[in-house]
Amino acid sequence: MLKQVEGSRAVAEVVAACRPEVICAYPISPQTHIVEGLSQLVKNGDLLGCEFINVESEFSAMSVAIGASATGARTYTATASQGLLYMVEAVYNASGLGLPIVMTIANRAIGGPINIWNDHSDSMSQRDSGWIQLYAESNQEAVDLHVQAFRIAEEMSLPVMVCMDGFILTHAFEEIDIPTQDEVGAYLPTFRPRQVLDPGDPVSIGAMVGPEAFMEVKYMAHARMIESADHIARAAIDFKEAFGRDSGGLVRSYKIERAQTVVIALGSILGTLKDLIDQMQDEGISIGVVGITSFRPFPVNELRDALKNCKRVIVLEKAFQTGIGGIVTEDVDRSLRGLGVERSTLIAGLGGRPISTQSLRSYLVKAIDSGVEELTFLDLEIDTVESELARERNSR
Amino acid sequence: MFQIRIHGRGGQGVVTAAELLAQAGFSEKKHAQAFPSFGSERTGAPVVAFCRISENSIRAREPISHPDALIVQDATLLRQIDVFAGLVPNGYVLINSKSTREELGISDGVISNSRTLIVPATEIAMEHLGKPVPNAVLLGAFSAFTEMISIESVVNSINEKFKPKVAQSNAKAAQEAFDYVKKMVAANA
Repeated sequence: MLKQVEGSRAVAEVVAACRPEVICAYPISPQTHIVEGLSQLVKNGDLLGCEFINVESEFSAMSVAIGASATGARTYTATASQGLLYMVEAVYNASGLGLPIVMTIANRAIGGPINIWNDHSDSMSQRDSGWIQLYAESNQEAVDLHVQAFRIAEEMSLPVMVCMDGFILTHAFEEIDIPTQDEVGAYLPTFRPRQVLDPGDPVSIGAMVGPEAFMEVKYMAHARMIESADHIARAAIDFKEAFGRDSGGLVRSYKIERAQTVVIALGSILGTLKDLIDQMQDEGISIGVVGITSFRPFPVNELRDALKNCKRVIVLEKAFQTGIGGIVTEDVDRSLRGLGVERSTLIAGLGGRPISTQSLRSYLVKAIDSGVEELTFLDLEIDTVESELARERNSR
Repeated sequence: MFQIRIHGRGGQGVVTAAELLAQAGFSEKKHAQAFPSFGSERTGAPVVAFCRISENSIRAREPISHPDALIVQDATLLRQIDVFAGLVPNGYVLINSKSTREELGISDGVISNSRTLIVPATEIAMEHLGKPVPNAVLLGAFSAFTEMISIESVVNSINEKFKPKVAQSNAKAAQEAFDYVKKMVAANA
């Protein structure tokens, strides 16, 4: 049903429509409205057969989610930033045990210094955790990805993070078509767990694995993650058939036919970028965009296919590796290997710094006209940082 | 696309005002988006919220730097921050105050005279709600001033957003502000 609604509220409603049996979460900005909404739905009796478990921390939230999922319950949680970091030990166990938990990440910077605003540092820190990671461009896509995430997770027996930009999406009030429970029911099959913890038919899950088999277990996780790409693509195709909307999938191109320059990005910045690309194309500039929806598994081949005819690629990232540069960049470089395409990286929007069309345009025009350095930080107050760094050097 | 930036202070319902506007736009089958400036909101601290209303679907998510209209819920902000920053030429400015333009120190060069309107929204709010919360009042005035959204849509969003008793008094206050501005515009015409 089409509603004018806050992004978080819409996610709470669509998660409810997916009929989770256990929700366990600990509030942290900017994710709080989602779990508040869900706890209210459970309390009002709108979500029958679901237990909302209050815990004292994110570590417990993920631990409870692991226990619940292992008994065969459809399980959901949500977190952000330091909350995600606090649950990390359990995050790796969820994927290692093959438990199809769905978790929303309301993307937020990591401290210190403490900062509650949006960037992608939190979910990017879990790049290698063995979870599937899907990034939403809009609140509509965030809603749709949750429906797809439960299906992908349960088909693959792998946990899925649905990443949506904190505040920019979670706190935006806009029109969103929220699938009803009946619509979701027709798309999302009943959860049939691969194995369950059942006192009547006991098995062990999570026993110690020694050197003789650990490599094989990890290789299988690798293979499963790669295989999940087809399921992600399929989930989007079937979603379009059922709901009539393009949402999810591996990558989504926008006006890249014959584009000499292609910008690659993840998440809500894609909306602003598309408006800018329309303007620039109207001015005769040859430029397009590719949005990466699935960061893990990384769609190396699909991306390579989308970029094979362009001249220049710019990777826009809302997180980076201190001392090196872009995170997504490394994977993009892998996709570009041997194509002879130029690549540069733009780090933008850290800690909620607004990414303005004006600044983006100046950077892109420069990249096209005269070239840019391999790594650029958008709108960085260079004079301030240079003088502070000089002062530090002098005092060492 | 019509872009509105709302300035006020924590506790004045700035974010709610943006959401009510977006809801009103939605009820008129337009596309609308409202979002706060995501500060650490505290009572009394300057707060900014944004609203976009468009005939087409809205993709942009950057803060509004070139608004077509400004709503200033607290005139003391004029001395504190540049609320007019980036206002488009001939953009609308709606200020909550019982002072005149001269008393507020707004020089003619800053903003268009004919597109500036000062309404004693806090006084109207006190009369109807008994509380100095001017957001709904200003939306009534905004409707009459810009004709971007109808007063019926504003009242409908108020009724959807608030519990019946609060909604009723806010709707009355918005209607009074609407009538007040219509009269004022007619007198100046």
